[in-house]
Amino acid sequence: MADALLELRDVHATAGDAPILRGVDLVIRPGEVHAVMGPNGSGKSTLANALAGRPSVRVTRGEILYDGRDLTALSPEERAREGIFLAFQYPVEIPGVANLYFLKAALNAVRKHRGQPELDAMEFLQLARRKMKLVEMDEKLMQRSVNEGFSGGEKKRNEVLQMAILEPRLAVLDETDSGLDIDALRIVAGGVNALRGPQRAMLVITHYQRLLDYVEPDFVHVLAGGRIARSGGKELARELEEKGYGWIEASAR
Amino acid sequence: MAESETENLERLANREYQYGFVTEIDEDRVPPGLDEDIVRLISAKKGEPEWLLEWRLKALRRFLELLAEDHEPTWANVSYPKIDYQKIVYYAAPKPRKLESLDQVDPELLRTYERLGIPLSEQKRLHGVAVDAVFDSVSVATTFKEELERQGIIFCSFSEAVKRCPDLVREYLGSVVPYSDNFFAALNSAVFTDGSFAYVPKGVRCPMELSTYFRINAAGTGQFERTLLIADEGAYVSYLEGCTAPMRDENQLHAAVVELVALDDAEIKYSTVQNWYPGDKQGRGGIYNFVTKRGACRGRRSKISWTQVETGSAITWKYPSCILQGDESVGAFYSVAMTNNRQQADTGTKMIHIGRNTRSTIVSKGIAAGRGQQSYRGLVRIGPKAEGARNHSRCDSLLLGDTCGAHTFPYIEVKNPTATVEHEATTSKIGEDQLFYCRQRGLSEEDAVSMIVNGFCKEVLRELPMEFAVEAQNLLGLSLEGSVG
Repeated sequence: MADALLELRDVHATAGDAPILRGVDLVIRPGEVHAVMGPNGSGKSTLANALAGRPSVRVTRGEILYDGRDLTALSPEERAREGIFLAFQYPVEIPGVANLYFLKAALNAVRKHRGQPELDAMEFLQLARRKMKLVEMDEKLMQRSVNEGFSGGEKKRNEVLQMAILEPRLAVLDETDSGLDIDALRIVAGGVNALRGPQRAMLVITHYQRLLDYVEPDFVHVLAGGRIARSGGKELARELEEKGYGWIEASAR
Repeated sequence: MAESETENLERLANREYQYGFVTEIDEDRVPPGLDEDIVRLISAKKGEPEWLLEWRLKALRRFLELLAEDHEPTWANVSYPKIDYQKIVYYAAPKPRKLESLDQVDPELLRTYERLGIPLSEQKRLHGVAVDAVFDSVSVATTFKEELERQGIIFCSFSEAVKRCPDLVREYLGSVVPYSDNFFAALNSAVFTDGSFAYVPKGVRCPMELSTYFRINAAGTGQFERTLLIADEGAYVSYLEGCTAPMRDENQLHAAVVELVALDDAEIKYSTVQNWYPGDKQGRGGIYNFVTKRGACRGRRSKISWTQVETGSAITWKYPSCILQGDESVGAFYSVAMTNNRQQADTGTKMIHIGRNTRSTIVSKGIAAGRGQQSYRGLVRIGPKAEGARNHSRCDSLLLGDTCGAHTFPYIEVKNPTATVEHEATTSKIGEDQLFYCRQRGLSEEDAVSMIVNGFCKEVLRELPMEFAVEAQNLLGLSLEGSVG
């Protein structure tokens, strides 16, 4: 079996001052797709943010190893350059900064870190055009300010496009399905599936099982009360859909 | 985290002002103080005609009255210790003063401009920008003069203009900003030592950007330059102005006056990137930038636009304005003002609508960081005869951290019922969410701040000529990085 890409050992974390994660254990290997499900408030987003290094989320106990290294010692940008990508639940607007320019700056920051030459505007545009097809993204959105005035679906597609361009080793998708109609969901899921590969691991966080109809996970974990209450295969997702979260929450107590 | 947030911020905040060097140069200066003798001395050193000396003396008398009556303006939202006007040196000039060509310029001085990134050598034609360089009080070099002259454009130092085209100077000097206009304008009119002058004749479109770089070097001096631009009927000119100064513990006064005149169908674009030394983190030193800038749209369909990027100076007091006299004339003001550390800026504009169907646009972007204080102050006045006048104002403020402040003081006076006046204002903070989003994509915190700020200022930056826009963007990035706490 391959070495773990990501390993969480008894991770406790606070968001603001509130303790949210209370001992999460999780191992993810390259090529695997893990789904984390759970009711509202169970700590799904805190988990995603702890991995990405959001300043307001603090790991207070336990350890997170990424590629065998202590992830918490890295700044958010260092984590990103090392290949951790977070698709945001609520993508942020940056007025006045063209999407294309933003993406190019991001890719070049990552490439520079990897010792690769930076791409110039023309090279980047060609790359971006190829990747845009994955998520059926209108080229006009590339000239617009980052996420400004984008519809919910456009924002999420933009996240997946960024993921496609940055080619992370570990992609964390935080409720990428929320707020999407069925067509947008299909497109977003198609993009995610196209990015699956033996070297890339994914952590798909979702409240509902419907995304998992399109993006089939290798493992499903249920987060309840800040811990992983149950793990299983994709059939676990189906079971949750039928029974709701109540029975797991009850057994987690 | 590998490097704590605080360390990171400190490192960035300690980045030095890169233009803070002093040039060792032989200089000619008058003793400190201000009286008729000093004004006569300045005028004599410059070999000025009698009428100009008389004008200076009238201004001096007005200034001394204002000073005696304690009329130094106090309404601006800035505070500074009282200035002793008798301690300032009103004239300092590099020797020798008579310059026939660039070869006679002190090589040390040319090196200074090179360090500032401003090539004065006429060989560097690629830049396509004609430069007039003002060092302390004296214009040291003007490039591309002959090429401009072929089209009848006069672009030279103010002193030279007094000799070459005295009638133009006499007709327009003080016609937009009279010597009695305000405290600092009166001071400038009495003691101004040089500056730039440009005249673009009828129907001529100036083929290159005209540019002046101002540099304060000498200690204990003030800089009082005067700029006068005239665009005759149907003429067009784009003018750029840049400023830097050495780092000194003392505060230095810069009280300039700029007058623009646009006749029928003429257009003047005036762009400033102001990067005077802002003082250190504790607020020691820095330039007091008390400037009067005003343009008169005298002719029908004339246009004047002011674009400014203000990142320097300890205190800025500046309201580039447009007097829209000609029917259908157009005024615009695009401004980015940035205050960090202990900097204070009270800046804005006045749009005075006099003619019919006059239009004006105001876009002001204020950025405050550190303990910086930032005020927008603007007046839109629609006169009784300004039928169909229109104004649109937009003032946005961006705060970085919670020890800075942004204030907006819009004044609107409408005396004609057919006018349309709109005012929009917003204040926002650079959000942790925005920063985290950028950093999660691999951008460093400093690049993220720089990107967000430049995005915020985009509407203004795109008004700048290309190479100035790049300079301004870098400047904003440098001045603001790491200011997020």
